[in-house]
Amino acid sequence: MLYKDTIQSGWGRALRSKARIARPERRTALDELMSTAPAPAFGAARSYGDAALNADGALIDMSRLNRLLRFTPETGCLRAEAGVTLGELLAIFGPQGWMPAAMPGTAHVTLGGAIASDVHGKNHHAHGSFGQHVSSIRLMGADGKLRDISEVEHPELFRATIGGMGQTGVIVAAELRLIRCAGGRVELRKQRLPNLDAFLAAFHDNSADFSVGWIDATAKGTALGRGVLEEGHVIAGNFASPRNPRAVPFNMPGLTLSRPAVKAFNALYYHRASASGRMRKRPIGDMFFPLDGLAHWNRLYGKRGFHQFQCVLPQSTCDVMLPRLLEEIAGSGLASPLSVLKKLGSGRAGYMSFPMAGMTLAADFRANAKAVPLLGKLNRMVAEAGGRVYMAKDSTLDPGLIRAMYPEVDKYRAVLAEVDPTGVFTTDLARRLNLRGTDA
Amino acid sequence: MSNAWLILGASSAMARAFTRLAAADGAHVILAGRDATDLTILARDAEMRGAASAAAMPFDTRKPESFTALVTALTAIDATPNIAVFAGSMVSQAEVEANPAAIAGMISDNLTGPSQLLLMALPDMIARPGGAIVGVSSVSGDRGRASNFGYGAGKAGFTAFLSGLRARLSRSKVHVMTVKPGFVDTAMTWGLPGLFLVASPDDAAKRIWRGAKRKRNVIYVPGFWWMIMTIIKHVPEFIFKKMKF
Repeated sequence: MLYKDTIQSGWGRALRSKARIARPERRTALDELMSTAPAPAFGAARSYGDAALNADGALIDMSRLNRLLRFTPETGCLRAEAGVTLGELLAIFGPQGWMPAAMPGTAHVTLGGAIASDVHGKNHHAHGSFGQHVSSIRLMGADGKLRDISEVEHPELFRATIGGMGQTGVIVAAELRLIRCAGGRVELRKQRLPNLDAFLAAFHDNSADFSVGWIDATAKGTALGRGVLEEGHVIAGNFASPRNPRAVPFNMPGLTLSRPAVKAFNALYYHRASASGRMRKRPIGDMFFPLDGLAHWNRLYGKRGFHQFQCVLPQSTCDVMLPRLLEEIAGSGLASPLSVLKKLGSGRAGYMSFPMAGMTLAADFRANAKAVPLLGKLNRMVAEAGGRVYMAKDSTLDPGLIRAMYPEVDKYRAVLAEVDPTGVFTTDLARRLNLRGTDA
Repeated sequence: MSNAWLILGASSAMARAFTRLAAADGAHVILAGRDATDLTILARDAEMRGAASAAAMPFDTRKPESFTALVTALTAIDATPNIAVFAGSMVSQAEVEANPAAIAGMISDNLTGPSQLLLMALPDMIARPGGAIVGVSSVSGDRGRASNFGYGAGKAGFTAFLSGLRARLSRSKVHVMTVKPGFVDTAMTWGLPGLFLVASPDDAAKRIWRGAKRKRNVIYVPGFWWMIMTIIKHVPEFIFKKMKF
């Protein structure tokens, strides 16, 4: 059958809606779909909110159009269809000495999705965002026509597509520049840091290729912002063959992530890390994709799902606003086991790209009546500090804050008005945040 | 000696996953099917995933004149020849009953076409022993059910053909494996109501690949379908005829 009727949700599962989903396995099937019933496309649906949702409408699942099209081993230039996952690219090209320049926290993200969200990795401070390594995109428009877009051809459309949350059309294929990969293992240093000041200082002095901080968002007072800093360097070594991770078998009951359980877990995680910073050698995937070590981990939050909050604060305000955000989160008692703190560089490739130079903070909240007002407050604090909330994670942002957070939104809207005047690529996210700017 | 795989019906999701396993193993692959554009893309994909060589060739189960070229291409490669049949088609029972003539084409796709090609390749497979023939049949061929017997008839024929072929080749060191998939998450089953225990094409292909390496005779995909089909096969006919599934 052409369509499957299903209740679609993102990784957070707090938002869900009914949609008809088509999943073409060949280009001809995609062409046919787009000429008769054009619809927004999605990849792995690993965004947390409603980016891959279209209530009572149609969606195109691109995961089966996942072929490699061309690779130049001398330059690391790769052309592939949008459905290929970044984990697959690492597994195939890693042993040949190449890897994608930006790796988000899960290997399941597709090439098309990585472009549409302009994702970043633990090396953003050094290598920039995913979109900065994309040299061209083959985009299918609302008219069913294919266009090759790049910084040279249709540059406005290119910049509206990278980080554009799928609103400009269907990303069919793309060309990207891989970066050198020294091997299949990493030298990973984990050090616990007693508070936020120590954390920020450590990030400031940090020179590792990859770095990420896990924060205990339940800690208050003098321990506010305590956590574990992970720094990694890729080193030579064989790529471990992938094994099937353990999985959360079903939706966990509410007590799993109750306040005492989370506090205990966080304390354990914190005290397990060495104070002086112990160095270990691990498979490369352990550093890039720690969350993939537990399949279906979103089930830990039970059937109602969770919200993820991820913001970035500019360097100038982060010293002031970051502690306030953490106090707010710790004070609420709603925080989840592991929150993430990371330094970002200025690299971004699209009008609506998330990154800015500063610090990014991510935290999960079980979906309930208290979480939404808290998130609303956090979002306003971020806007006030000149920061930005990540649309790929968001499920609660007030559309009124978009302009403050994304100052290039007008350029984006101008492109959308031109390439998709009737809004066939509008998703739940675009409607909720009024991305097209059509609501008054 | 390296292997060469002729993969019939190579555009199907299960065949794609199987091709990628053969490619990662460094085999030569010939991808045969009707959608030339798609096969060309798949051939390049296979090369980048490690295939010693990859070619796309036309194959239509209903056009036996296309078969000779495939057998010739397979034997031209300096490697042990292997054949995997993923080709097949399914017309729903309701459609077959509305248009009885459609059964002829479906039987060609699932039985006569692939069987004729395998028969044509027989002398070459015997002359270069050590390879395998993998035939993808279906659980639907184990017993004709009210809801799907048009399709089941062709698959039952193919299962019997493969069984005989296995006996015929047992002394020639060419292994024949029958694959009986239950529900696999492909374009063929996408959006169909009432599916359960659906396997991903990747998992199905892994099981087929491992089965062929271990020279299994008959495998169900996923494995627990063996149990389901054993029960279904043993339901007495006087009860079975009253069942609607």
